[in-house]
Amino acid sequence: MKQKFDIIQSSCIPIAIDNCNTDLIIPARYLASTARDPKFFGDAFMHDLRFDAEGNVVSDFVMNQPAFSETPRKGVHEIIVAGQNWGSGSSREHAAWAIAGYGVRVVISSSFADIHRNNLLNNFVLPVVVSRDMQQELFETIACDANSEVKVDVPNQMVTNLTTGRSEHFELNGYKKYCLMNALDDIDFLLKNTDRIEAWEAKN
Amino acid sequence: MGKTLFDKIWDAHVVRNVEDGPTQLYIDRLYAHEVTSPQAFDTLRDKGLKVFRPEKVVAMPDHNVPSDVPAGNEGTGKMDDGGACLSIADPVGRRQVETLKRNCKEFGIRYFDMGTKDNGIIHVVGPEKGLSLPGMTIVCGDSHTSTHGAVGAIAMGIGTSEVAQVLASQCILQTKPKTMRINIEGTLPQGTTAKDVALYIMAQMTTSGATGYAVEYAGSTIRHMSMEGRLTLSNLSIEMGSRAGLIAPDEITFDYLKGREYAPKGDDWDKAMAEWRELKSDNDAVFDKEVTYRAEDIAPRITYGTNPGAGIAIDGHIPTLDEVPEVERPQLLSQLEYMQFQPGQKLEGVPVDYVFLGACTNGRIEDFRAFASVVKGKRKAKDVVAWLVPGSWAVRQQIIDEGIDRVLQEAGFELRLPSCSACLAMNPDKVPAGKLAISTSNRNFVGRQGPGARTILASPLTVAASAITGVITDVRKLRE
Ligand code: SF4
Repeated sequence: MKQKFDIIQSSCIPIAIDNCNTDLIIPARYLASTARDPKFFGDAFMHDLRFDAEGNVVSDFVMNQPAFSETPRKGVHEIIVAGQNWGSGSSREHAAWAIAGYGVRVVISSSFADIHRNNLLNNFVLPVVVSRDMQQELFETIACDANSEVKVDVPNQMVTNLTTGRSEHFELNGYKKYCLMNALDDIDFLLKNTDRIEAWEAKN
Repeated sequence: MGKTLFDKIWDAHVVRNVEDGPTQLYIDRLYAHEVTSPQAFDTLRDKGLKVFRPEKVVAMPDHNVPSDVPAGNEGTGKMDDGGACLSIADPVGRRQVETLKRNCKEFGIRYFDMGTKDNGIIHVVGPEKGLSLPGMTIVCGDSHTSTHGAVGAIAMGIGTSEVAQVLASQCILQTKPKTMRINIEGTLPQGTTAKDVALYIMAQMTTSGATGYAVEYAGSTIRHMSMEGRLTLSNLSIEMGSRAGLIAPDEITFDYLKGREYAPKGDDWDKAMAEWRELKSDNDAVFDKEVTYRAEDIAPRITYGTNPGAGIAIDGHIPTLDEVPEVERPQLLSQLEYMQFQPGQKLEGVPVDYVFLGACTNGRIEDFRAFASVVKGKRKAKDVVAWLVPGSWAVRQQIIDEGIDRVLQEAGFELRLPSCSACLAMNPDKVPAGKLAISTSNRNFVGRQGPGARTILASPLTVAASAITGVITDVRKLRE
């Protein structure tokens, strides 16, 4: 799902669950797939919160509420605002595939689990870390108006709550920024310098 | 300024530092299992690539492997009982295991097939075979790769894209984490195990307390801890958010590794030892964070909620609403609603439906010895379903060689076949909805052991005591 990043401006889906682990993002029974079908994983995103054991829609879960149930497309629901410590637990990249497959391009939280954060980046979903205050303010803004938009400016590394005007700078190293803006992934980079790898091996 | 153990191993593996970016790190060992590798092999095929250093990769299935002894093979006690005729009923799981086997053949990777003497849970097999050694960098598409750090290695869980990167280049791109040292000092009280130490640390610093850090465990408690105990402790590092949990190698490590199948032999061993003895944090090394806990403060622990940090001493009580800050109350209540417990409740004496001994946390020989020491001469509670699952075929064989299987059998327990089993709901060992399990595994997440299943995490001793009484039991009281 390589795609170029520039400026994303969109309404958001608020998932205010703290410590949301990857078992919740995608339950283990979806891991047995050997395919990499974005729709399969996208449909499984947050499955057991969206549906009960009989497969009925859980209507009060946020992703099923009319204001947030639309699948993401340009300008709509491309951003998730998440609770703290998002993506803890299992390293399953299936969790990142589920988020990407659902159509989300940015996840904003006050903190991410390390492995999941890398997995998101490797699937061209941008994890944006904001302060706890900004995170809370975003939840409040969206609660007041579900159409509130957030702007994520990758070149300038700025995230803005367009309703209140509050902005924060977010971390992204120069290398990753270049990769995201040009839709390049790590494996291409590594393959370009196998001579260095062989040189390292010769020394050790 | 001196270097930490983590720094020493990291620095020795830097291929290059990318400008304004991550470090390109050389990887000595990649482990692969069936769940997180198929799409990585596909990436290689898409790009027309070979595996860069196939001899550094070892693969085995573990998550989907069934643990029940096939009918007609019970009780003869031999290694290959059942193993050879193991089959996976679920077509999707079966395809995943077959895919791994095929990929290993196609790409020339060492593969330990299901049901053979080499197989088991990767994090049990790796150290046990001497495939994980001090000073190495080790990765696997599995968060509990932190386990291998117990031998004095940098061992980290990675995602599938990164598995593909290592297959293709034997390197990954990583930002160097900060370092934290957790010191445990003193002698552990009777009934307290490495598992309890880990559950205690998590409760102190929460499940994200070590996010962004590589942890080194140190202090006199650790120096006296067995290798099995250290592996348990490192295993649980990820449950506090840390990807890597290291322990400096010492005589206990060397004794454990010596003579293992893939450990160096003869002169190579001596040479390796000379290097391994240098693998410790310098006296003047500075950690970004340092905490110290006292062993005597650590009682046997259990969890009550749906994250591993939600734990209490077994004779304690679940926090009351007054005991937690207001912002945390909704989360406490939603966890307790799922677990069907009340704020302030004591859990000792609560009936359990399932007990599970096993997983990469507590599926080693010492764990089975501990369990057997409690149940010896007693009887399993009638209504409890008990799953006793060795972490590897080697562990299972040792259980049989030591006669532990007899002790278990006489107490009414049955030994199952090596697998991840009931640790995660991916093979037939699922805890039914609403049932309460007390487990030696590492995660009590919502639905982890089966949709709707409720999980209490505990040590093998506590699980054994509870299996005898049928209720959550403090092993210290059972023994009195
Ligand atoms: S035993 Fe559990 S935690 Fe360990 S590798 Fe298997 S599924 Fe993962």
